[in-house]
Amino acid sequence: MDEKTLLACRDVSLGYEHKPLLEHLDFEVRAGDYVAVLGENGSGKSTLLKSLLGLTPPLAGTIDRSAQKAGRLGYLPQQTPAQRDFPATVEEVVLSGFLNRRGLRLFYDPHEKSQALMHMGKLGILELRGKCYRELSGGQQQRVLLARALCAAGELLILDEPVTGLDPAASQDLYKTLRYLHDREGIAILMVTHDVDAALREAKTILHIGQKRWFYGTVEEYLRDESGKRFGGANK
Amino acid sequence: MSLLVSMFAYPFIVRAFVVGALVSLCAALLGVPLVLKRYSMIGDGLSHVSFGALAVALACGFAPLWFSIPVVMLSAFFLLRIAESSRVSADAAIAVLSASALATGVIITSLTTGMTTDVDSYMFGSILAMSRADVALSVTLAVAVLALFAAFYHPLFAVTFDESFSRATGVNVSMYKTLLSLLTALTVVLGMRMMGAMLISSLVIFPALSAMRVFKRFRSVVVFAGALAVGCFCLGLAASYLLSTPVGATVVMCDLAAFLLCAAAGRK
Repeated sequence: MDEKTLLACRDVSLGYEHKPLLEHLDFEVRAGDYVAVLGENGSGKSTLLKSLLGLTPPLAGTIDRSAQKAGRLGYLPQQTPAQRDFPATVEEVVLSGFLNRRGLRLFYDPHEKSQALMHMGKLGILELRGKCYRELSGGQQQRVLLARALCAAGELLILDEPVTGLDPAASQDLYKTLRYLHDREGIAILMVTHDVDAALREAKTILHIGQKRWFYGTVEEYLRDESGKRFGGANK
Repeated sequence: MSLLVSMFAYPFIVRAFVVGALVSLCAALLGVPLVLKRYSMIGDGLSHVSFGALAVALACGFAPLWFSIPVVMLSAFFLLRIAESSRVSADAAIAVLSASALATGVIITSLTTGMTTDVDSYMFGSILAMSRADVALSVTLAVAVLALFAAFYHPLFAVTFDESFSRATGVNVSMYKTLLSLLTALTVVLGMRMMGAMLISSLVIFPALSAMRVFKRFRSVVVFAGALAVGCFCLGLAASYLLSTPVGATVVMCDLAAFLLCAAAGRK
């Protein structure tokens, strides 16, 4: 196995018990990749995500989650309504990203604290660290969760619909931040999204999943492919 | 001062004070994650189940605590499962369960002993209900809850704030949630006979809500909720002694007053 492989699906089938949504899925995410996962509602994007995170086992095939096993995976889930009025400071939220790196200790160590500060600085939320999470704007909240994901991640970030609920300016900011993390920090990104334009613009590789059919390749290949013509063509 | 001395001259008040203060503390600590995870009504549902279980125990001559604790723990476990599944909405499921348990309790008591003072004290609480065994059990419970909070503070925060992130980073989310609901069940059973089945859930909900109005840091919310709950209980107990009002209802009024104060303070 190539040691730069962070996540790999080998002949994976996904779906519910007797109804596979997707079969023989084969792809891998390597260091330096930027993958966008596209697909219609109900095509199995969220099932795929759950399997990639190891929360539900696939119906068949194997998923190699080396990044997660090494504690190098960060995850940015969709926000829940309960979170929006949560009484916690930005710093508390960001530090909770270190949870996978530690056993049962009562406190975070100084190294973790300084790393958290660094991640907050990188994402431009350092001055917000004493603020309450519920008082932030949607874009700022998303940055806080991204900083938390960075505490957990070294190599791979998995994002679930990261711009949902953000206004256009905040979405652009978030994409810019992701590009920075990818280009400068060398973090591989896998992003599930509805935003086809941004996916074609930002990502290098597209994973399109549709009814019984899937596509994995570069953006150029995707635009020539049947599913890409149908899905992305309208935006051209 | 002489009031306090005369109050604590009664051994039953001393027992009620110890149990009540510890149960208030535990309920408030557990209440913070429960309220934030939108499980506020679980405490209420459990108290009704507890009432039903006590009525059954009374009718069949079982030891009330030892019968109702497992029953309520089991329902706590199921309530949590129901709350997690998306098929039934959690609030409806809790309402169905609590009404059914209450109805069972009422029918069984009316068929056997009738509505005695015992039953009345289960509904609205009684200061006389605390035995030595209750004191021992509530001290044990309080130690367990405090130890849980100290040892698992960070994972509990993470699970409360974001279950999917915690799961993805390898935290055993179901274990923490089960632990939380079992401890809540124990707290409810212990506190119910003093506070009353109708009123016990206020101990879970009020302090957490009040603390959230004022504080912005999770740690401060937890600490303040615990302190406020104990404070309100002491005030309520003293007031109920002075005014000869039922202790459960008086404590709830203190909690309400504290909540209104906190809400006003939080607005500034």
